[in-house]
Amino acid sequence: MATLLQQLISGLVLGGQIALIALGYTMVYGIIQLINFAHGEVFMVSVFGALATYNWFIPESWQQTWPLALLAMLVGAVVVAVVLAVLMERFAYRPLRNAPRLAPLITALGVSVMLKEIVRLSFPGATAAVHVPRAFWDEPITFKVPGGTVVIGSTGLLVIVVAIVGAVLLQVYISRSRMGRAMRATAQDPDTARLMGVDPNRTIVLTFVIGGALAGVAGVLYGVHLNNVDTDAGFLTGIFAFTAAVLGGVGSIKGAVIGGFIIGVIKTVGGQYLPGGTAYDLVWIFVLLILVLVFRPQGLFGEPERVRA
Amino acid sequence: MTTSQSVTTFRRNPPTGMRAGFGMLTRIVRTKAEKGHHVRNQTVKAAVLVASALLLAACGTNKTESGSSGGNNSSNTQQGCDQSKDTLVIGVIAPQSGGLSALGLGIRNSAELAVEQANEKCAVPGYKLKVQTEDDQATPQVGAQAATRLSSNAKVIGVIGTLNSSVAQSVQPVLQAKKIVQVSPANTSPSLTRGDDFLNNPKRKYDNYFRVCATDDVQGPFAAKYLVGKAGKKSIAIITDGKTYGEGLASEFKKQAEKDGAKIVATEKVGEKDTDFSTVINAVRGANPDAIYYGGEYPQAGPLSKQAKDLGLNVPVMGGDGVYDPKFIELGGKEGDLATSVGAPVDSLDTAKAFVDAYKAKKYKDELGAYGAFSYDAANVIIGALAQTVKSGDWSESQRAALITNVGSFSAPGATGELKFDQYGDSTNKLMTVYKVSGGKWNPDETGTFGG
Repeated sequence: MATLLQQLISGLVLGGQIALIALGYTMVYGIIQLINFAHGEVFMVSVFGALATYNWFIPESWQQTWPLALLAMLVGAVVVAVVLAVLMERFAYRPLRNAPRLAPLITALGVSVMLKEIVRLSFPGATAAVHVPRAFWDEPITFKVPGGTVVIGSTGLLVIVVAIVGAVLLQVYISRSRMGRAMRATAQDPDTARLMGVDPNRTIVLTFVIGGALAGVAGVLYGVHLNNVDTDAGFLTGIFAFTAAVLGGVGSIKGAVIGGFIIGVIKTVGGQYLPGGTAYDLVWIFVLLILVLVFRPQGLFGEPERVRA
Repeated sequence: MTTSQSVTTFRRNPPTGMRAGFGMLTRIVRTKAEKGHHVRNQTVKAAVLVASALLLAACGTNKTESGSSGGNNSSNTQQGCDQSKDTLVIGVIAPQSGGLSALGLGIRNSAELAVEQANEKCAVPGYKLKVQTEDDQATPQVGAQAATRLSSNAKVIGVIGTLNSSVAQSVQPVLQAKKIVQVSPANTSPSLTRGDDFLNNPKRKYDNYFRVCATDDVQGPFAAKYLVGKAGKKSIAIITDGKTYGEGLASEFKKQAEKDGAKIVATEKVGEKDTDFSTVINAVRGANPDAIYYGGEYPQAGPLSKQAKDLGLNVPVMGGDGVYDPKFIELGGKEGDLATSVGAPVDSLDTAKAFVDAYKAKKYKDELGAYGAFSYDAANVIIGALAQTVKSGDWSESQRAALITNVGSFSAPGATGELKFDQYGDSTNKLMTVYKVSGGKWNPDETGTFGG
């Protein structure tokens, strides 16, 4: 019982991180049908952005006080991620907007490799994993349950809360605000949206900005939660997030978040109870992905595509 | 410039009366999809394919190393040395990029240091030596390519490497084919020298392969004796990374620990690319171990130790020489964590101190790491044996076999102790040290030999 609960909680923490990144995948896909494979690297770079802010841009007194340090790291990470996402859109994807679909997909892979190597070669010490300060309240929270105790790290709790709050805010923004309406319009039909006075370029950039900002938030949380980062960090997390987006239905915000949590929980609970143990935990994630794609190709929350005359 | 490529046609307007909620963006996608659902299908399918290909290729991404890579290191050679005949090459195969590069760069620098000193001392009459480093990315397949590249060069006299036992397995046959001597500073898998049935029926597989470090069947049991005997841990969890090194070490550890009366309460595996180890830790936590033995290397071991503590499993993590690195502590290794490493602590040997001082004087960018001293010794073994082989004559490829024989009978004091090999190519130096993290750094706790 205690073990199951503990694995569930760990799964939710992992899922929260995946969900925040999956939102970026799903939003960009929803608007321009691009699977932005470099999004995982935006997340990775943002962790290094947070680290650089902590190491070089804030006074030592701030480093000692965690709320200040966390805030500074958050700003650093989000700024880096947003700038990167905007540059990426402008120089890597916009020129290819009317090219065949596979062209920007390949570009995204190229951008991903490039970002990884740039960080590895230019950030001091990034040839191996580097330490990230904790910058948060340090006490883990322990519950007594039948059969033992369950621990949730304070940073872990933060991850879950931020992921859910972030997704809800995003949903409200997209469904209620003027810019949100512009985004929905652009997604439906860029040409008609233009006729109605919406600037599609501006809207698409905004999508990248929001996706980047969420990746930046995820980056800081990853850093303070796990306390280290290397240049490969974006790879597996990015694959998980992409899988979460597909699982939940690409384009669906609700799907991305729930998909993220499902993947986190399957990894931890599956690693505990399914045959093969922790050595095979990734297998179950992709088995589920295949099953969903076979029986519900549009994903859990994607709406079915109807073929029309 | 921003027109959609699809021709806009009249079609039914999307439903109006949007309900606020999560479904919004989905609907957007659907209407978009109506326009070109096959396009969407293709993109997602292609993306899934690409993602799986990426996952498969995860271990094999090509990284090229910048920075100094062998070459012009043999600086100011002193006058009076005749080095006119030729420049001979000592190859280094070790990770120069990726998570294990901290160890690999120490290996490269130390080999270069030995070669520079040899050039200054005119160690090989008539010849100048240089180091050529190849990055194996800690991957067997890349290691084999590196070995092939080196073995195609007639001037390569010997190779120092590899770091990983799994990589050595694929490098050995390539070098063997060209009779190039290989001295490893770091491989600990017993089967590399004594064959797969190394305990009951040892049989040498490659006569060109030697190593200056001790093997898992010495190191694992030595760790078990300490953890069970001295530290009094009786229920131990074993976690491995599934690679040749980690599995080998852990299985030898397990045998001895069980013999000494400890119970192995859980056995789990982590993935090489994992960063969040909570699944494994939770699984182990249920068994209430009083120590964790980790078969693997520091990039995973450090975060694992830290995350275990965060999840309320505050027990010492012990590992082998792959964990004995300052980076382990930086990445989360906590007070009381343990590691075994081969040889005596560097401070206790004069030859070692001389090496460490020389290394520091060179102001290398990278720490010498756990295997620097072994790499330095490996280079000196090759250089010493080369001097005996060439004497004052000329080097030719046909002397490679003689060089292998001379390495086999080589004997000299080195930075890690006596340098000498048994009939299988293993070092006769079986001295080991247990190190413990205290005050934020590794401190030697006990030095000894494992007596079986």
